[in-house]
Amino acid sequence: MSETIWLIPLIPLLSSVTLMLVGTRLKASQVGALGVGSVGISALLTLLLATEFMQNQQVIQLSLWTWMEVAGFAPGISFYFDGLTLVMMSVITGVGFLIHLFSTEFMEKDPSYARYFAYLNMFVAAMLVLVMADNLLLLYLGWEGVGVCSYLLVGFWYQHNANGYAARKAFIVTRIGDTAMAMGLLLLFTELGTLDIQTMVGEADQTWQVGATVPTIACLLLVCGAVGKSAQLPLHTWLPDAMAGPTPVSALIHAATMVTAGVYLIARTHELFLLAPIAMTVVAVIGITTSLMAAFTALMQTDIKRILAYSTISQIGYMFLALGVGAWSAGIFHLMTHAFFKALLFLGSGAIIHCLHHEHNIFKMGGLRTRMPVTFWSFMIGSSALAALPMTSGFFSKDQILLQAYQFPEIGPGLWVAGLLGALLTAIYSFRLVFVVFFGSVNTEPDKDTGWRMAVPLSILCLLAMVGGWFMIPVSEVFPASDGSHPAHWVEYVSISVPIVGVLVAYLIFYTGQLKVDRLANSSFGKSLGKLWLSGWGIDLLYDRLFVKPYYGLANKLKSEPVDALYGLIVTINQTLNQWLSSAQSGRMRWYIASMVAGLILVIMLAANLPEGAL
Amino acid sequence: MDGLNIPLNHILLVSSLLFAIGMLGLMIRRNIIFILMSLEVMLNAAALAFVAAGAHWGQPDGQVVFMLILTVAAAEVAVGLGLVLQVQKRFKTLDMDDANRMQG
Amino acid sequence: MVMINLILILLIGGLLAMLSERISDTMPRKVAMVVVLTDLVYLLLCLSGMPEITQLQAPVANDPSTWLMHFKTDWIPAFGISIELALDGISLLMVLLTLILGAIAISASWTDIVVRKGFFEANLLWSLAGVLGVFMALDLMLFFLFWEVMLIPMYFMIAIWGHENRGYAAMKFFIFTQASGLLMLMSILALVAVNQSATGIWTFSYFDLLNTQMTEQAAHWIMLGFFIAFVVKLPGFPFHTWLPDAHTQAPTAGSVILAGILLKTGAYGLIRFAVPLFPEAALDFSSAAMWLGAAGVVYGAVLAFGQTDFKRLIAYSSVSHMGFVLLGIYAWNELALQGAVMQMVAHGFSTAALFMIAGSLQERLHTRDMREMSGLWQQMPRMGAVAMFFVVASLGLPGLGNFVAEFLVLLGLFQVNIWITVVAATGLITGAAYSLLLMQRSFQGQANQKWVDSGLVDFGTREMLTMAVMIVALIFLGIYPQPVLDAAQPVLQSLLNLTTSPTVAIVEVM
Repeated sequence: MSETIWLIPLIPLLSSVTLMLVGTRLKASQVGALGVGSVGISALLTLLLATEFMQNQQVIQLSLWTWMEVAGFAPGISFYFDGLTLVMMSVITGVGFLIHLFSTEFMEKDPSYARYFAYLNMFVAAMLVLVMADNLLLLYLGWEGVGVCSYLLVGFWYQHNANGYAARKAFIVTRIGDTAMAMGLLLLFTELGTLDIQTMVGEADQTWQVGATVPTIACLLLVCGAVGKSAQLPLHTWLPDAMAGPTPVSALIHAATMVTAGVYLIARTHELFLLAPIAMTVVAVIGITTSLMAAFTALMQTDIKRILAYSTISQIGYMFLALGVGAWSAGIFHLMTHAFFKALLFLGSGAIIHCLHHEHNIFKMGGLRTRMPVTFWSFMIGSSALAALPMTSGFFSKDQILLQAYQFPEIGPGLWVAGLLGALLTAIYSFRLVFVVFFGSVNTEPDKDTGWRMAVPLSILCLLAMVGGWFMIPVSEVFPASDGSHPAHWVEYVSISVPIVGVLVAYLIFYTGQLKVDRLANSSFGKSLGKLWLSGWGIDLLYDRLFVKPYYGLANKLKSEPVDALYGLIVTINQTLNQWLSSAQSGRMRWYIASMVAGLILVIMLAANLPEGAL
Repeated sequence: MDGLNIPLNHILLVSSLLFAIGMLGLMIRRNIIFILMSLEVMLNAAALAFVAAGAHWGQPDGQVVFMLILTVAAAEVAVGLGLVLQVQKRFKTLDMDDANRMQG
Repeated sequence: MVMINLILILLIGGLLAMLSERISDTMPRKVAMVVVLTDLVYLLLCLSGMPEITQLQAPVANDPSTWLMHFKTDWIPAFGISIELALDGISLLMVLLTLILGAIAISASWTDIVVRKGFFEANLLWSLAGVLGVFMALDLMLFFLFWEVMLIPMYFMIAIWGHENRGYAAMKFFIFTQASGLLMLMSILALVAVNQSATGIWTFSYFDLLNTQMTEQAAHWIMLGFFIAFVVKLPGFPFHTWLPDAHTQAPTAGSVILAGILLKTGAYGLIRFAVPLFPEAALDFSSAAMWLGAAGVVYGAVLAFGQTDFKRLIAYSSVSHMGFVLLGIYAWNELALQGAVMQMVAHGFSTAALFMIAGSLQERLHTRDMREMSGLWQQMPRMGAVAMFFVVASLGLPGLGNFVAEFLVLLGLFQVNIWITVVAATGLITGAAYSLLLMQRSFQGQANQKWVDSGLVDFGTREMLTMAVMIVALIFLGIYPQPVLDAAQPVLQSLLNLTTSPTVAIVEVM
């Protein structure tokens, strides 16, 4: 098995290429079989690999060929497989398979069915390469590859300009982070002479002191990449717009896998980050700030997908917090559970949108509890896990993060309190969604219920979101063990009870209406605050003013080629001279002769005045 | 050899005078016939200088060049008059300023 | 002799193509295609008899016998001018690129030339012959001759078969290249004269001129002459302004050859002549040259973003991409140089393909204005998909050739100057901005009713075949670039030795 792990990304890739080449000639059922089947095979192979790994705990390194070899720079097309890779691969192929299956029903009426699965398969392949890469350059290949697939899928319905805009925004904003990350790669190679992750971290340990400048800069550059891909402050603005893509895409790319690539990157290079405590603190602060910012924003959104998008940003913020405080395995654990429940929520919202004539506004839904029972239970379970209610998967992972954050030296308790506030907000906004959409009066009647291809993935994900917290992720070999100390019991109790309070608040406001917030919301302060949150703290507007508009302006100004004006000047001078001299060429014989004579006289005078012996 | 002995300087003076007159004519006349005549005068001024110089140095070269100039002048007149006929035909004038088609 | 034959086949083939118009209207393009393919096959056959490129020992720059091929015969012995042609790894890469893109260019203009078809194909082939000569000539006079030979047919191609503003564009192209050619001629003569006064021998041979002794001042000025001549061709900022006009107005095949091949002669000249002939002067000048390169990267990208003309946008993207080549050359270490060579090859394919798409659009829509396009994917999904591929290639997607090139350049550059690297790296972001804008404006968005009604024809088999060649090439370059790197490696190594050896020698003496 260990020799054939390259098949796992290759099969979806081949399927993708096949669909691109001949997809239009295949029947829809064939397209679906190919698209779902290829990922299914990958998932099976991953499962085999996992059982093998659970027995022997063996790290696999497989080198296919040397990508390029120039002056000692020799990254390979080679894979590295350990517990961390296994977790990521399982999420990608497992959740990926379910989402593919879901898509066959969700997209069945779409004329570009084959194109959809081609892109989606390609995404899975690229994402697998990302997590399996044994050097940072190959990781970067996967990294950009998923970026392009995300671009293609966000703009999948390209006929609408808004979708194209969202797609380009997603790509360019992440590209800013990617470029910084590329600079980090350049720096790491220049300093350490390799991009091979395992060799590199060994080198780094020997070369650098903890807290030295170079690893700090390198790590900060990597963080820039992670921030872009994982939609954290200040590069998070693309994710809410990326919801323009088909909903299963949002579930796969913008919730379960691609957006967590940044978390994976930091976890994968955690040995470097251990050398750069400043960078780790930055990660933690970015994480918690983003988490709060996004949670407040999610409170005010009315578009079901945007709520979930901001919630994703917020949850990844928790993962960043975990990484920043050194709770590596907690971060990865939350990554996995989040993949389960957020994919579940997105697919659930997809089911609603599918059955409700593409309605996105939650206030136009309502009362769906009895009409779409499978979806209702999906949302109940998913939201409970998201809010981290006890015994759900999200509870275990979030709890771990908060407890370890509390123990972080100096700013730990501060991070913990902020994290709790976030948890409270999470509970409120996620159950606001549930109460508004599934209870109350029916505003739009669904025209159909989910078919089995939607229901089965939802049910499996429900199960995973419930029991995912009991999984033991095999990363103990990858990350340094935590010291095992526990904070005081009251910390734990508070952490557990906060989400329950949040659900209660949501219940009182949005279900029974006993808690009136109208007066607060209608005060001028409340109104402007609400507006601010609705617009995502106005960050989009700020960037628009600060970067986008000036860039357009600059491009428009320069469009006429100022440099060419320089050469235009030469032309003008020549033309003036030409006018000047051509007036001398009058065609008048007498004028010519006169000038000849004048010239002759001039020459003779000059010659006569030459000093003796000059000729 | 007795005869009239004119100093070279005088002849050269006459020659330059002739040349200057020819050139002046060239510059101020507009009629192409006069222009041709002025040219002829200039050519002859040069020829005169050659002959005089040849006589002064007792060399035959001056007379040889005179013969050459004579031929050139004849040829020039032939071509020039041919052109004059053409100009007259085309422009119905002999005024060179009016026959100017090359306006810069 | 092989090299002479390569050039002669194209020259005579051009003549044949011109004459064949008398037989039938469609004959010239077939003849031209056959000629170029014959040339390509001939070259490959001759190569098969040679040692593997990878096993070749590093060619010693001033020892002809170590080169792949070498040919020398007297031409004007009185001045030491000879017909000297030679082929090493880089020349070979460039020659192969030229012939492949030549065939692609002929295919690109298969249907869009309607008048004087024979003369068109003849010009195309003659231009290719000149380019081959440029890539192989090692006698500076001969180099200059070929330099002019490739330009004049190109001028005709723009001036006769170009688009609406062709006269202006052709004249601008001609004046820029001619002025720079003159500058190069003066530099060549100055170099030869300096060499003659030092050694007493008249010679134009590259090998003899390599170690010319000259004063620092002379070296600086002559180097600058070569530099400007080649950078105009490259084109580097701020000498690039001929390019957008020429590329935009040229017929499709002209654009393909201009962008795909002719620009590379400038880069080739820098690598082959401008730096090795004046190692110290080039070193002094390198940071200025690199700043120019970085400026080109950024400036080209910003201007590309502002364009509304499909072809003009691609033209400016070339300015941006060739900035990377300039950066790679003047960083002058193996990583960066390999990147520059790689960029020359990869950019050849990606831009040629984009120009071909632009040409197809012009042929179908009779406009290049992107404001009138929009939503073309719906009617031409094949063309859209192909365009998408080359757009992401040109924005540097890993796994495709351009990424390898840009990354190597940046990697090499980073070791030389970090700040220039930072500026150049912003090109990756701005590159994404204009590339995706191109895609958005032309192929995505609401379909324009005008084109829906007129019924557009998607890419046919011939076009898809041509595109497939370039797609495969770019993927191959992207995931297994080693053959190209191997071919260039010994040459670059010998050039690097050449430029560092004087300093080493000085150190030893001291």
